[in-house]
Formats: sequence, C-alpha cells, structure tokens
Amino acid sequence: MKMLRNALDKAAPSFEKGGKLHKFHALYELVDTFLYTPGIVAKGITHVRDSLDLKRLMITVAVSLAPAGFMALYNTGFQANAAITGMGLETVPGWRAAILVSLGLPFDPMNHLANILHGALYFVPVFLVTNIVGGFWEVIFASVRKHEVNEGFLVTGILFPLILPATIPLWQVAIGISFAVVLGKEVFGGTGMNFLNPALTARAFLFFAYPQEISGDSVWVAAEGFAGATPLAQASIGGIQEIITGNWATLDAFKNMFPFVQSYDPATTKWLAAFLGFIPGSMGETSTLAALLGAGILTLTGIGSWRIMVSVFISTAVFTTMLNLIGSETNLFFNVPFFWHAVIGGWAFGLVFMATDPVSAAMTETAKYWYGGLIGLMVTLIRVINPAFPEGMMLAILFANVFAPTFDFMVVKSNINRRRARSGIA
Amino acid sequence: MLEDYLSLFIKAVFIENMALAFFLGMCTFLAVSKKVETAFGLGIAVIVVQTITVPANNLIFKHLLQEGALSWAGFPNVNLTFLGLICYISVIAAIVQILEMTLDKFFPALYNSLGIFLPLITVNCAILGGTLFMVERDYNHMESIVFGLGSGVGWALAIVTLAGIREKMDYSHVPDGLKGLGITFITVGLMSLAFMAFSGIQL
Repeated sequence: MKMLRNALDKAAPSFEKGGKLHKFHALYELVDTFLYTPGIVAKGITHVRDSLDLKRLMITVAVSLAPAGFMALYNTGFQANAAITGMGLETVPGWRAAILVSLGLPFDPMNHLANILHGALYFVPVFLVTNIVGGFWEVIFASVRKHEVNEGFLVTGILFPLILPATIPLWQVAIGISFAVVLGKEVFGGTGMNFLNPALTARAFLFFAYPQEISGDSVWVAAEGFAGATPLAQASIGGIQEIITGNWATLDAFKNMFPFVQSYDPATTKWLAAFLGFIPGSMGETSTLAALLGAGILTLTGIGSWRIMVSVFISTAVFTTMLNLIGSETNLFFNVPFFWHAVIGGWAFGLVFMATDPVSAAMTETAKYWYGGLIGLMVTLIRVINPAFPEGMMLAILFANVFAPTFDFMVVKSNINRRRARSGIA
Repeated sequence: MLEDYLSLFIKAVFIENMALAFFLGMCTFLAVSKKVETAFGLGIAVIVVQTITVPANNLIFKHLLQEGALSWAGFPNVNLTFLGLICYISVIAAIVQILEMTLDKFFPALYNSLGIFLPLITVNCAILGGTLFMVERDYNHMESIVFGLGSGVGWALAIVTLAGIREKMDYSHVPDGLKGLGITFITVGLMSLAFMAFSGIQL
C-alpha cells in the first residue's frame, strides 16, 4: 500500500499546474481518489459536518445494487439455459456458447455455475462497453473543463447495463451511453447538474432510436431463435387472465429449481417467479426481491429518499386499483391488480434506484411526494392506456424528472408566501 | 359527448403538445422561459388568446370562408378559403391588441414583465397553428373551444416546466459556447424525449 501511495505522490508533480502532464490531471485525480480518501477538506467556517461525501454516497448506491446485479447475472444465464434446454438443443452457435462448452459446462438451468457464467458472458461485455465508452467521455470532459471525474458515473455505469436486455448489440450500448453522458449530463456541467436521470436518458434514446433491439418478444432471453413474451407484454395483450393461463416458457425450469412450488396453484407460482425475478426482462430489473433489498440498504443509510419510494408505491396502488374498479371491455390490462403491477416489468427497480436519484428528483421534502405521485400516475397510465409501450416506468420517471424543478419552485414559493403572511409583510 | 371533449382536451394538452410535440411557438418559448413567474404570465396570456382566437376563427371559417358558407348571402358557389391566413392573422392581432390594453389597465405588473413578448404573441406560431389545426381537422364550434383551451394549456405547461428547469440550471456549469439558447435547445429536446411517453396513445 505504501508503495502505491509513494508512486502516486511521486507522479503528482508532473500532473500539477506547469507539469508536462497537466492536461491529464483529471486522470490522476481519478486514480488517486479512487484508491485513497482525498486529502482536501473544507476550510473556514462550515455549516454542515458530515462524513458522507459524494464518493461514499455513490458507493452505498453501488452496494445496494449488488443483489440486483447478482440476479442480473444469474437470471440472464438461467433464462438462456432454460430456453436452450426447452428447445431441445444440445448447443447454440456463438462465442459465448463456445466458451461455456470449452469449460465443460452444460446448458442446464439447474447448474448454478453455468447460469452465472452464461449470464456474465452477456452482462460483462455490456458493462465493460458502458464503462469504457462512458468513462472515455467523462475523462475528456473532465480534462477539457478542468473538473474532477467523480463517482456519479460509477452509478450510471452500473444502472445502465442493468436496464438493458441481454441481447442488446454492443454498438448500441456505446451510442446510448455516449448520448446520455454528453448531451444528458456533461453539457450541463457534469454530475449534479443534469435534470434527467442519465441511465434512463440513455435507455429512452435507444428505445426510440432502435426499437427492434429493445422491445418485442425475442430480445429478452439470450437464446437465438427463442421468442417469449415478458409477463408485462402478456398483461398488455390479455390482462391478468393472460398472465395466469398464458405460456411462460421458462416456468418449468423455475419449478424444478424450487420443488416446493409444485403444490401451489399456477397464479401463486407465477407470482413467486416474478417476485424472485425468474422471468424474462431487462437484465437487472426482473427481481422485485433484489430491489427490495436495495431499498432496505438505501433507506437505512438515508441515501435514497423513503418519501419518494412510499409515494410512488401508494400512488401506483391507488391508480391501478382505480382502473381495476373502472374496468374496460376492450383493454384487459385494466383488470391487472396492483400486486401484479408491482412484480412485473421495471416498476420495483425503477422505484428504488431510478426515482430516488438525488440529482434529478425533486429536492424539497413536500415536492418529493408530488414527484412520487406523478410517477405512480404516469406509470399506470402509460402501462395500461398507451398501447404503444407496455413498459411505463422509464418514461414515467423521465416525465416526472421534467416536472421536478417546477414542483420545487411551487413549494419554495408557497413557503415564502406563508412566512410573509405570518410576519405581515405581504 | 362529454367524454369526447375530455379526450380532445387531454390530446391537445399532452399527446399533441404544441411546444414539445410540434415545436410550435419556439421563439417565445425559448426567449421568455428564463423565470417561472414571467413564463407563467405568458402561459396564461397564451391560454386566453388561444381560447378566444380558435373559436373566433372557427366562426369566421364556418360562416364566411368555407366553400358554400356564403349561401346565406346568396352566393352558394363562392369559396373564400384562400383568404384564410390573412383573416386568421388579423383576428389574432386584434384580440392580442385588446388583451394588451386590458393588461396595461388592470395588471400593470404583468404587463411590464411580459414587455415586448405580448405583442409578439400575434406572430406566435402556436397561436396560428392552433387555428390552422382547427381548420384542417374540421372541428365544430364546441370542439374548437375545447381544442383552443387544451392547446393553450399544453403550451403554458411546457413553458412553465422549461422555466423551472432553466431556473434550476442557474446552478449548472454550462460550457461558454452553449450558454443561453444553445443549452435551452438541448433542454427542450430532452424534455420532448420525456413527453414521448404519450406518443401512441389513441383517444
């Protein structure tokens, strides 16, 4: 450790002002603060004393994403293996399959190691492309604009791969993250100054630019030639009946994995599969349980706002129940109850990790309830009423991001007016 | 019946938002969105103007300009639609002028903060666009009132939220070359990305 510190200290002068590598100071800063606590502290009179800096905040978010990340690896491999076994194939073409075969691992959803490794072969390339390309832009902007490369991108770089389907082409990952980092964040000045969540901006950009690769029935499971609708897509076709009676291609593998569910009725089994995350979908979003664990960490440490989580939860529950009561002859999605809405699609993941993004969410405590309420309303409307997109969480959060500053403004304004009235100035 | 009007209103506010789906009225949209309060005032002005002009032009179109509209005066074969643009613009200009005088008299603070942009509503393409959409889609009189109100509310909503974002952006660190209009264009683009949530809804 000492050697590393010495090496960094020795290299420091050439990155300082006047040094020959001054242009790359941001890179030095990146390595230094990644490895060690920065030696700079606030001087003079400080109003807030807290051990929580940006670095620790972002690391806590990264830790809380660990369960979802693990499920991303496991479930991606599990779905792929289950699909390959289900189609009765011995092997499939492609370099990923070749690696698995050369390691002697079977395409068997019961084999945990095969699941994790197969999933990793899909997740890790996407993750690497995101971080290399996104990091490239971060460093360029940090060098030119003389600010630090900070940990904000770390979280975006983990979130973005988790909300992509496993089969996404890597060049699209690169384009998406470039758009989000450059136009969604860096032109506003970097972390903390953007108004839309960068990971969602990237996904929305890909969603509208290349819809074939990010929607439909054949992109969610990483097995070529396999087509299976996500439970969310099934709900948008035939409502709750279609979820319960429709065909879930990988459900048998789930039943084999957890034999005790054999005695349950199909609805409970399927709900449990969706809750635990053994359903097709974007890599990290499927497991409601993993999101719940993340929510626990975020709430206990006070990093994520429980106000936002609670208000999204309540508002979605209220509006979905309202639509249940209204009912519809033609649109069967109306009759999907809230406890199903909560486990399918990206609702739970978005609620915990995307809606609570401290930068793009509302800042004032009162406005957080409005912000969360708007997300709940919008996700219900987009999912149920808009036939074009079965998934609504991404667009609902982006939409609420746009309105968050206005909510803040109204709360601040009404506070000023109230205090004026109290002191009799106005 | 009421349901039709409600869906027309929602369509005009969100799905076919004048500013963020059609990019109409951009000049005032970009120029007067620095402060929320001014943007709110302008938004109200646009709602009022839009709610009056669209139905007014609807009457003119239905009873004077449309083919066969003059049959009540004994000219069943006359078609005056080629006079449309000039008539609509004159109506809008006259109404804006009246609104300006009213504001000057009763709300001088708002009048001063709107400044040059109130007369500019005359040439705001969202206003003329609303009238032209009304003609093209052949709305009846009641529909034109609802559409005028809805499209005005949608435009006002868009400019107020943009102003909210721009006030927050005072704390951002925008590159020199992009300061002002440049970053506002990017912001509007990202906002309309979020408004794409509504595209595809059939009402």
